[in-house]
Amino acid sequence: MENSLDPAPSLLEVRGISKSFGAVRALQEVDFTLRAGEIHALLGENGAGKSTLIKVITGVFPRDAGVVRLGGEEVAPRSAKAALQAGIATVYQEVNLLPNLSVAQNLFLDRQPMRFGIVREGEMRRRAKALLTEFGLDIDVAAPLGNYSIAIQHVTAIARAVDLSARVLILDEPTASLDRHEVEILFGIMRQLARRGIGIVFVSHFLDQVYEISDRITVLRNGRLVGERETASLPRLELIRMMLGRELAETTGARAAANDRPPREICASFENYGKAGYVAPFNLELRHGEVVGLAGLLGSGRTETARLVFSAERADGGQAKVEGASVRLQSPRDGVRHGFGYCPEERKTDGIVAELTVRENIVLALQAKRGLHRPLSRREQDELARRYVKMLDIRPPDAERPVGLLSGGNQQKVLLARWLATAPRLLVLDEPTRGIDVGAHAEIIRLIRELCDDGLALLVISSELDEIVTYSDRVVVLRDRAHVEELSGEAIDVTNILAAIAADGAAMQEARA
Amino acid sequence: MKGLPPVLITAIVLVAGFALCALQFPNIASTRVVGNLLTDNAFLGIVATGMTFVIISGGIDLSVGSVIGFTTVFVALAIERWGVPPLVAFVAILALSAAFGAAMGAIIHVFDLPPFIVTLAGMFLARGASFLLSTESVPITAPVYSTVSDFALRMPGGGRLTAIAIIMLAIVIGGVLLLRLTRFGANVYALGGGRATASLMGVAVGKMTVKIYMLSSLLAGIAGIVFSFYTSAGYSLSAVGVELDSIAAVVIGGTLLTGGQGSVIGTFLGVLIQGMIQTYINFDGTLSSWWTKIATGVLLFAFIALQQGLVALARRPAAKRAGAVS
Repeated sequence: MENSLDPAPSLLEVRGISKSFGAVRALQEVDFTLRAGEIHALLGENGAGKSTLIKVITGVFPRDAGVVRLGGEEVAPRSAKAALQAGIATVYQEVNLLPNLSVAQNLFLDRQPMRFGIVREGEMRRRAKALLTEFGLDIDVAAPLGNYSIAIQHVTAIARAVDLSARVLILDEPTASLDRHEVEILFGIMRQLARRGIGIVFVSHFLDQVYEISDRITVLRNGRLVGERETASLPRLELIRMMLGRELAETTGARAAANDRPPREICASFENYGKAGYVAPFNLELRHGEVVGLAGLLGSGRTETARLVFSAERADGGQAKVEGASVRLQSPRDGVRHGFGYCPEERKTDGIVAELTVRENIVLALQAKRGLHRPLSRREQDELARRYVKMLDIRPPDAERPVGLLSGGNQQKVLLARWLATAPRLLVLDEPTRGIDVGAHAEIIRLIRELCDDGLALLVISSELDEIVTYSDRVVVLRDRAHVEELSGEAIDVTNILAAIAADGAAMQEARA
Repeated sequence: MKGLPPVLITAIVLVAGFALCALQFPNIASTRVVGNLLTDNAFLGIVATGMTFVIISGGIDLSVGSVIGFTTVFVALAIERWGVPPLVAFVAILALSAAFGAAMGAIIHVFDLPPFIVTLAGMFLARGASFLLSTESVPITAPVYSTVSDFALRMPGGGRLTAIAIIMLAIVIGGVLLLRLTRFGANVYALGGGRATASLMGVAVGKMTVKIYMLSSLLAGIAGIVFSFYTSAGYSLSAVGVELDSIAAVVIGGTLLTGGQGSVIGTFLGVLIQGMIQTYINFDGTLSSWWTKIATGVLLFAFIALQQGLVALARRPAAKRAGAVS
């Protein structure tokens, strides 16, 4: 690259990458450019396509269309190993090394210095020691890797990757399990590697860290490229708008006028409810016939709040009341007993049972609530299934089809039906419109409104701000695992929500004091 | 180094046990008894060395007992009925058992099947095949057998270090070196640490799997030949349950049944502990030999509990960390 005139030549060029999983288009014509010696943040909410992009670049997933060029030459690795050989190394949040082997063996596995077929242990340790010293680590390299902290394991993984002559280093959420001091060490190493001309892709949802370390930022949303900016000239509010908003100016007027009804009685209330290290204590009132939206960035504590409310997680302080009476919520069974329902974000892993039929999935929660000694007869089951398939317009309308064969939107409806069958008073929906196509999207939103009109209390999490604005009567905004703002009535619009999310922590506290 | 604490405990159990035996029966503390112990357990030591590699890599090999049985029958028939020179018979059976192990390893890797099931099938297959060859015990009268049986190094104190004991010791030492000093050995640990991760780090997981099961079956073949020297016969019912004895020796020797940690030395000590219990029961004379099994069972329980304790201890700080950040 010495013949290039560009002071920062592009090292990795990704052009027009597309990738679909079945009907879901995970990436559409995404471009991404990484220059040598820069730290480039790749941002986006859950489902934006960050990890799909990384996996396509590193050959874990085959791509449907597009080109990847490394140093001007086209590369198409078929596996993570091939990508590594080409010079693209990835270090994931959960370190992909072997905790039972020594640090030195981890660094030199399969390429140990040998003599007469015997590993030169001493030489290997010397080299390992020298390599880690470059990264500011002075540890016993003969000890098992598992004895060391996650931070040291991360640095070891990076050292291995760099020593394998990586030119592009992708760090996927490397700081998620590190403390402040460890993050400083990692950042020092990243800057040092960047000076050596290595291009670093930094995936994180900690915006403070992104502003601290990155030179440029690329934002993805819903599998599309939103834009690429210089970090220094990108205001935080603008960044969050890129990550969350759609064409925001027009959406403010699109709000349904559904919240003009008189306030109804309280269904469930939570006072000073919280769990240390999970979500800061919050106050929350959920009323019948009302939708409360939870807004915030990934990792802000939205799902955590939902899990506490449903009792999937046990609170360590505060009080919960259902219909005015104090209750103890210890386990999901308590939640179900009090008439709560919860549709989690990860439908595939936490929600539906793909092998079971639509009917079996629908009766699951109701049967669990009734207990094993009061089985639902087959006729009752058929009746329930028929009713909800019709009511929610589940397609195809075949109750005996395994749920795994349905589209994402219809799977979501089956999940909804499961909880509706238990006649709940409160339903918690975590990202109900994630990963489903546009038509089904609108239908789910219509359903949310209808359920609410029937007197159900709803707590809905969504990353789509215009969506939240459309159906919420009140919006709770979260930041850094705390509830920071509650908007209601006319105050609910995308601009206000964005402002609350972006608000500088210190300024906010001053304003409160 | 890796796995030293459990090995140390195994060594202490062996020394303490031996001391207790010697207190009750002073004659036990002689090279004569030790020499016999090594001879009696030679085949077990050999097959358990192979089992150590398999278990450290995260697998299991249930077929080894049957391979020993098949080997004895095959060797006996080849020499006595088919008129094959003993050395040729040995080479043939070793090639056959190595190929058998390689096939099991390949099936495990290619079809991504649990080693337990594949080697269980191998166990039935080899045992069945040995019955097919002969259901009766076939005595071996070839001169080489009496030569080898008569050969022994004199130890001070009148003990005899027999040829088969020497073979076993050589294989144990070879196993220690292979596991500790070579790239192959490092890869065995890597596989036990995590197949997917090892593969990402560049280890040829498929080739390694084939080689590991090939090694185990090859050593089972050698153990079979040694067993035929020991009994001077080939019998399709010999070495029934030896796979379990060898797994017990491996676990008592401090190797984690889940893979990733362990040592050949530990396994050797585990074999000696089992042999020591057997010797004690022989000396006592009034106890049923089944007490060997009972004592082995109790020891196994103790060692598994001990390992779980150690693993829990090792994990505790990590769990605390994870809890603190989530």
